[in-house]
Amino acid sequence: MPQTQEILTILGQVCDPEIPVLSIIDLGIIRQVKISDNQIEIIITPTYSGCPAMDAISIDIKLKLIEHGYSQVKITSILSPAWTTDWITETGKRKLKAYGIAPPQYSGSPAKNVECPQCHSQHTKLLSQFGSTACKALYQCNDCKEPFDYFKCH
Amino acid sequence: MNMNPLIQFTLFLADSNLILSQKNAEWCGHGPILEQDIAITNITLDLLGQARYFYQYAAELMNQAGHTHITEDSLAYLRTEREFKNLLLCEQPNGDWAQTVLRQFFYSVYQQSLYQQILQQSNSQLSAIAEKSLKEITYHIKWSSEWVVRLGDGTPLSHHKMLQAIKALWPYTGEFFTPTDFEKEIIPIDYEKLKMQWIDSVQNVLEEAGLPMPQNIFMHTGGKLGSHTEHLGYILAEMQYLQRTYPNAQW
Repeated sequence: MPQTQEILTILGQVCDPEIPVLSIIDLGIIRQVKISDNQIEIIITPTYSGCPAMDAISIDIKLKLIEHGYSQVKITSILSPAWTTDWITETGKRKLKAYGIAPPQYSGSPAKNVECPQCHSQHTKLLSQFGSTACKALYQCNDCKEPFDYFKCH
Repeated sequence: MNMNPLIQFTLFLADSNLILSQKNAEWCGHGPILEQDIAITNITLDLLGQARYFYQYAAELMNQAGHTHITEDSLAYLRTEREFKNLLLCEQPNGDWAQTVLRQFFYSVYQQSLYQQILQQSNSQLSAIAEKSLKEITYHIKWSSEWVVRLGDGTPLSHHKMLQAIKALWPYTGEFFTPTDFEKEIIPIDYEKLKMQWIDSVQNVLEEAGLPMPQNIFMHTGGKLGSHTEHLGYILAEMQYLQRTYPNAQW
């Protein structure tokens, strides 16, 4: 039987199809890995209800595990506790920023200005709460004028 | 189909979301500006995703209760108009942008109060869906209420359009607080509290928008029991066309 850590390492190679710099581990959607004699069960939680990436992620998890010789894989989706952007790892937040997406602030902390991922100015403005995907809001930097995505708090 | 109250209630939640998302989706590619086109379609996607959770749960309950081969897709695509339990508000025409954003605002505020009560219930799957959805609803209320204020407190023309929208949609809001038998039987929802919270939130926003709160007028009901306005048939005809013409067609 494989060890949980081994499975997690493999899952670390599965990327979010919309934001390919993030692995699903970075994203914090893997809630549990259950290993038994004849099956590996991966328990995941969706990010946003209508996010089409979730179906793609389930398929990618199965394919990646098959590639490593594990064919009996079951994916279970649970809704509660609901996913929060606080579960995105620190590594994940760094990768987001380097990719040009402002990482989410902690949901409990008082709202601060969103920092421009290009010039690091705090002088930014919200253009729209809804961006190119369900998880992003659209911002613009008042200093460098560059529009950018903000991974919104959830 | 003989269905217990929990199945009926779950379908009512699913259908209301699905039909509103189907209506909102008509704006895709037609929004007033790009950012708002994206906003309304994002909201649409959230509503659709929430509807899918409810349909999946309803399908599970129905299969347990002895029905066969029920899936989220068969519930969405293969039921008739009289079997749909969505609120009448959700099937009302998009009208202009004012009517669309007001419909969303009325619905989201209702959804928030209702789901907060569902969250307190013992049914773990319904409360899990409510918990997940409430995060998204917060954004929907913020967006739609800002639009109500922007148009109500905007130009004489936008103010006039918002007045027309209120006139068109208000008679469909009474249904929120008129419980049917299946609602009374399954979950102890406090409808008085629901109504007070809704009126309170709506009044605050309308006041800020400089719009009058409508007086008590006749309210239409019946959607939850399958008696719909003439609009639903057209929506279903379009939405279900493909599955009915080519059964089991896959994307």
